[in-house]
Amino acid sequence: MNNSLIKSAGMAVKGYLQRYLGILLGLLVLCLILTFRSSAFLTSANILNVLRQVSVNAILAFGMTYAILIGGIDLSVGSVLALAGTVATGLIVRNGMSIPAAVTIALLLGLGLGVFNGLVVAKTGIPPFIVTLAMMQIARGSAYVYTNGQPIRTTDEGFIAIGTGYLGPIPYPIIYMAVIFAVTAVLLNRTRFGRHVYALGGNQDAAVFSGIKINRVIVIVYGMIGLLSAVSGVVLCSRMYSGQPTIGIGFELDAIAAVVLGGTSMSGGIGFLGGTLLGALVIGVLNNGLNLLDINSFWQLIVKGVVILLAVYIDSMKKRK
Amino acid sequence: MEQIPLLQLRHIEKSFPGVKALKDVSLDIHPGECHALLGENGAGKSTLIKVLAGIYDEDGGDIILDGAAIKIPDVHKSKELGISVIHQELILVPYMTIAENIYLGQELTKKRSPFIDRETMEGEAQKVLDNFNLNLSAGAHVASLSVAQQQMVEIAKALSTDARIIIMDEPTAALTNRETDQLFELVRTMKAQGKAIIFVSHRMEELFAISDRITVMRDGEYIGTKMTAETDRKELIAMMVGRPLKDFYLKRDHQKGEEVLRVQNLSREGVLKDISFSLHKGEILGLSGIVGAGRTELARALFGIDPHDGGEIFMNGSPVTIGKAQDAMNLGIGFVPEDRKQQGLFLQERVGFNLTIQVLKECFRWIRTNNRREDDFIRKGIESLAIKAHSPSQKVNELSGGNQQKVVIAKWLARNPRILILDEPTRGIDVGAKTEIYRIIGDLAKQGVAIIMISSELPEILNMSDRILVMYQGGIMGELAGEEATQEKIMHYATGGRDE
Repeated sequence: MNNSLIKSAGMAVKGYLQRYLGILLGLLVLCLILTFRSSAFLTSANILNVLRQVSVNAILAFGMTYAILIGGIDLSVGSVLALAGTVATGLIVRNGMSIPAAVTIALLLGLGLGVFNGLVVAKTGIPPFIVTLAMMQIARGSAYVYTNGQPIRTTDEGFIAIGTGYLGPIPYPIIYMAVIFAVTAVLLNRTRFGRHVYALGGNQDAAVFSGIKINRVIVIVYGMIGLLSAVSGVVLCSRMYSGQPTIGIGFELDAIAAVVLGGTSMSGGIGFLGGTLLGALVIGVLNNGLNLLDINSFWQLIVKGVVILLAVYIDSMKKRK
Repeated sequence: MEQIPLLQLRHIEKSFPGVKALKDVSLDIHPGECHALLGENGAGKSTLIKVLAGIYDEDGGDIILDGAAIKIPDVHKSKELGISVIHQELILVPYMTIAENIYLGQELTKKRSPFIDRETMEGEAQKVLDNFNLNLSAGAHVASLSVAQQQMVEIAKALSTDARIIIMDEPTAALTNRETDQLFELVRTMKAQGKAIIFVSHRMEELFAISDRITVMRDGEYIGTKMTAETDRKELIAMMVGRPLKDFYLKRDHQKGEEVLRVQNLSREGVLKDISFSLHKGEILGLSGIVGAGRTELARALFGIDPHDGGEIFMNGSPVTIGKAQDAMNLGIGFVPEDRKQQGLFLQERVGFNLTIQVLKECFRWIRTNNRREDDFIRKGIESLAIKAHSPSQKVNELSGGNQQKVVIAKWLARNPRILILDEPTRGIDVGAKTEIYRIIGDLAKQGVAIIMISSELPEILNMSDRILVMYQGGIMGELAGEEATQEKIMHYATGGRDE
């Protein structure tokens, strides 16, 4: 009994290593280089800083992993984030609403927009790329309309604490990231819904023939992404002391980059949340490291692009073998 | 034959990591002959074809064309040498015309200009089509053609490049009998023009109908070549499996149980016409007819994949509504679809994933905390159907066709269906695996499962079924029970013949 337990645990570790070896090595090498080049890198303050910076992108990327796993995509995450964030701030500042009520409404708004995305994708068969591209414009526009294009500033300490507070030494956003990772990972790996996600992405026809309610899976996935976008929006606006309609532009691409770096197949059916987390970390460490090395942000973009291309190329080589 | 062979293979060897795929294979192909390659899946036929197509390099041996040793390093070279392979999966662009497909990658341009010369292309393509009596218009879109016609286009494409050796990998797998006849007509025309045809098929009747010689392979080895006129089915099967096979099909005693399913006047505009029949416990009901007669459509309607707009369905005497697949599944109906790769399996997933995807509810409640129940289902599935897989975590796309089909069946058996619909359950799988599938179906019927089996292979449906319904243009044309069923009678109904 004990023996078999150890054996199965060993197999699991081996499986994880095989699955994530490439990106783990990449992350390790990156960290080693930075440790040698900058004394500031390997300090607990900096590591917590990196994790906090990563958290919003990671949360979005967890949702994006689901979308890509079912063979879809969600381009609206950055815009939904902005709309939900500004609405939460606005309800508190303008309407004097209590924080829990305002946040709940913002989260429901995100969930609703996501569910709408999912329903349109499921019922009309319009490609998710198009549906969420439209939502990206609609939500961004709504954020501008709602704020009149101006940031809604807040000094409400309770609201600001959501994004800037600490639990012991650990900033709240890292905790959110960890909790959401745990929940989404359990959902994906240990529930029927998770199996159905893989089934739908692997072979939609076979999923239908297996009696899987594919429309329901699609709606839940996009709904969940909308909710996670709203969570990120609230956290981000809180950290910025203001509801800004311009936040989150381009976040969808960072999230997709993390998913792809993590080894999830763009054609669906294959991928893991652990990989996405590592992918988000690689991007975060890269940003942080280039900052520490005083490389300007224009160059950072170029480096990020090259790294993504390289990583995915190596991954595809590995698969071809 | 005293002719000089067009193509000679001498001691061809090919290995993959861990497998010797071709061992010392030697073969002569003569101009104007149709040479059949026969063997179970994994016998090395596909590997051999891929060597000739330039997809694989041989490890050893010689390929001799017109008496000169050659190398075929890539697909391009293979085409240049006049070798053309018609693959099982058609590779045509659906929204282009026949002419555009034929000239894909080698488009003709107007003199000294970069612009495509549509008229000349269509004219030339039409000549090729007419030359082989293909009743097709070069300007037609490929998407509007039937599978058989698309296949003809593939062949026309090969012929347009003056191919001398045409290799067809299971060309009849998706064809009806009439379409197969058309294809054979085309093969005869090509033979008369001195082209050599290498023909791979599992359907032995066809090999006898069209081939001049038959070469049998087994486990990557060349077993022997027979003149078609001088051999018979028994001998070939013995060569293929390496042992004499007594009974190809299964004979069984059938005891008719109570009625489990009754369909009355089931209709769908333009697809299904007034379908009425009943199905009994432990019965194997064969559904015959040519492709397009509405058999698959009937099955899909019964399983709730397609809607129906008229008629009633009764189970155990009470009316039921089947509007989606979940309804059918809840009523105890299972469906093994005709295209196992596209509709039946999650190919990139593990065997275990595939086996339990429909019984997850029984495996864990909300969150999976252990694998015990799931492992039980997987073990039972693998053992009861003797699925050959290294382990439950092997990917399904690494299994042979027969074992893949067993996975599809096993995943339904996990649900203990009362009715199992099997659509072409033995398509594209080798003889050994076919026999196993027949036994599985027979066993299920014995256990009381009511079976509807759709098959395009007449001997198969004749030998397996207790009763046969023959469909034609969406309606049931005739019913044949037991002894009265013959190939001739089925074909009579299937081609629209009425009761005499």
